[in-house]
Amino acid sequence: MTLTARDAASRTLRTSGEESCASDMPGRPEDDGVEGGGAPADRSLDALGEDRIERLRVAPARRPVRRAVVTIVGVLVLAALVAIALNPRWEWGVVGSWFLARSIIRGLGETLKLTVLSGVLGFGLGLVLALMRLSRSRLASGLSWTFSWIFRSTPLLVQMLIWFNLGYLYDRIVVGVPFTNLSILDARTSDLMTPLVAAVLGLGLHQAAYASELIRGGILSVDAGQVEAASALGIPARDRNLRIVLPQAMRAILPSAFNEVIGLVKGTAIVYVIAHAELFFTVQLIYGRTQQVLPMLMVATLWYIVITSLLSIAQYYIERHFAKGAVRTLPPTPLQRLRANLTGLRSKSTEVRA
Amino acid sequence: MTALETTTSTAAVTAPRGGRVEVRAAHKAYGDLEVLRGVDLTVEPGTVTAILGPSGSGKSTLLRTLNHLEALDRGVVAIDGEIMGYRRRDDLLLELSEKDVLRQRTEVGMVFQQFHLFGHMTALQNVAEAPRRALGVPKREALARGRELLETVGLAAKADVYPRQLSGGQQQRVAIARALALRPKVLLFDEPTSALDPELVEEVLAVIRDLASAGTTLLIVTHEIAFARDVADHVVFMDGGRIVEQGPPEQVIGAPRHERTRGFLQRIHAA
Ligand SMILES: Nc1ncnc2c1ncn2[C@@H]1O[C@H](COP(=O)(O)OP(=O)(O)OP(=O)(O)O)[C@@H](O)[C@H]1O
Ligand SMILES: [Mg+2]
Repeated sequence: MTLTARDAASRTLRTSGEESCASDMPGRPEDDGVEGGGAPADRSLDALGEDRIERLRVAPARRPVRRAVVTIVGVLVLAALVAIALNPRWEWGVVGSWFLARSIIRGLGETLKLTVLSGVLGFGLGLVLALMRLSRSRLASGLSWTFSWIFRSTPLLVQMLIWFNLGYLYDRIVVGVPFTNLSILDARTSDLMTPLVAAVLGLGLHQAAYASELIRGGILSVDAGQVEAASALGIPARDRNLRIVLPQAMRAILPSAFNEVIGLVKGTAIVYVIAHAELFFTVQLIYGRTQQVLPMLMVATLWYIVITSLLSIAQYYIERHFAKGAVRTLPPTPLQRLRANLTGLRSKSTEVRA
Repeated sequence: MTALETTTSTAAVTAPRGGRVEVRAAHKAYGDLEVLRGVDLTVEPGTVTAILGPSGSGKSTLLRTLNHLEALDRGVVAIDGEIMGYRRRDDLLLELSEKDVLRQRTEVGMVFQQFHLFGHMTALQNVAEAPRRALGVPKREALARGRELLETVGLAAKADVYPRQLSGGQQQRVAIARALALRPKVLLFDEPTSALDPELVEEVLAVIRDLASAGTTLLIVTHEIAFARDVADHVVFMDGGRIVEQGPPEQVIGAPRHERTRGFLQRIHAA
């Protein structure tokens, strides 16, 4: 009897919404010592009275060390920001005047276009390559292996130049049925191989080789029991891969995949070798003329920061989506936490007023 | 226990037809290790067979060959006379296509020791997935039936919960509902309770007991001797890749003839 009462009370002490699951949170301070650190002498809460127990609330633990570290780091960051903002040699005025200039925005558009196109090509093809590599067919896995071997061996720069200069190597591109005059496509190579096409092919195929390994790694990380259970249930191979394995592999794939995508955003700058004017190339052209090197580099950097920030937010929510079922309870999003804090503050202030 | 009160609905929701399981001269080796050394077994439709035996005696392997998760080196397995994994032409066994093997497997449900629920899906989605993907049942229908099945295992309230938020016993009951979703003729259980804490064992056994009376053929590898004696129509004792002794529970468990069976039972009781 006494034990049950104590148990019930300690449960009210936990924050609401948390499942009571003692084994997962060993030694939480509020679980023991109910009153000022020492258990009541008679090992019962009866003395407290029901309404008293009702009123008990959790007070978050104070963490002085953590608070001190956060304060110090905060001060340092602030100092750095001040040092950057107030030093006239960074020429923030110049940065401001170019930040939204039409040529910069056009370059930004090209960067985004290249990223999206080669990202889709890279990860789409990467998925196919990963599944091929893992298939039981020797031919498929051999092909996939060879692809990765070639495209991981060739420097991206070289590959890009080869695509761009394909017209020099091969005059025409003809797709047709061998030993007949039937042709599905027959065109001058230089008409097909515009700088954009060359850039997307170069970046995308390169990306595919890396993405395939990354996706394969994620797939391998999924417990074999999952595949076995799905096979035992008669679920076809396609659905096994796409519905059972891949969603669970996503947890392992996503962090590195976002690394790759963010790398790709900046990596698109390599297309300067084929004179395709994306953000970074545009910036270089401008400072070549105006000699304002540092401010122009800051213009590009600020845009990269914007893109990376947006991608990171997307990453957070996408990872959260795929964490469903992998963790017992999802932590609240920053927005939810903010809302909870606000309502908490409001109720506290009404209490004070009352 | 809720599961105990649901016998009637179990019979209604699961198909009341059992398959006959036949194993003939089953041989299987991993490299030099002979795991199955000539197993012959017949399981009559709608009966419950318990498979006992020491660790490493080949029980799991035998079970996994029954739905062709594992191919035999020699010998055949048949459900209702249909050979698993092959088509026979005279003396030849022609390998079936993946598609046909999957179709065969939908008739044989399997419940694993480690549950193997799909971690990224809710309990209900776990149960509804196979009918949708393997049989092409429309989503609404699959979900509706999934709810019924969860109810029969006493978990209607947990439909939208993810496996990791369930207790072991609850997870295993979802796994049983998932296996039932395809209305299998035969259900295989590989030590369904040995990953469970003692107090959770009974809730799973209760569900299996319900199934036993519902007409599906059950094969259960288990170390729960009392349960085997209570529920099984037929008990098989395996050792070293062979069936050493089989018969009704009163005989195999009550008055074992073979020395190895006796030794095994004694060790289990001692533990
Ligand atoms: N894939 C495999 N490769 C090699 N050896 C295997 C494989 N699977 C099983 N074995 C071996 O085959 C033997 C029988 O295994 P099996 O899992 O059938 O035993 P079991 O009777 O189910 O034992 P337990 O009661 O411990 O589950 C064991 O010695 C095991 O090590
Ligand atoms: Mg086993």
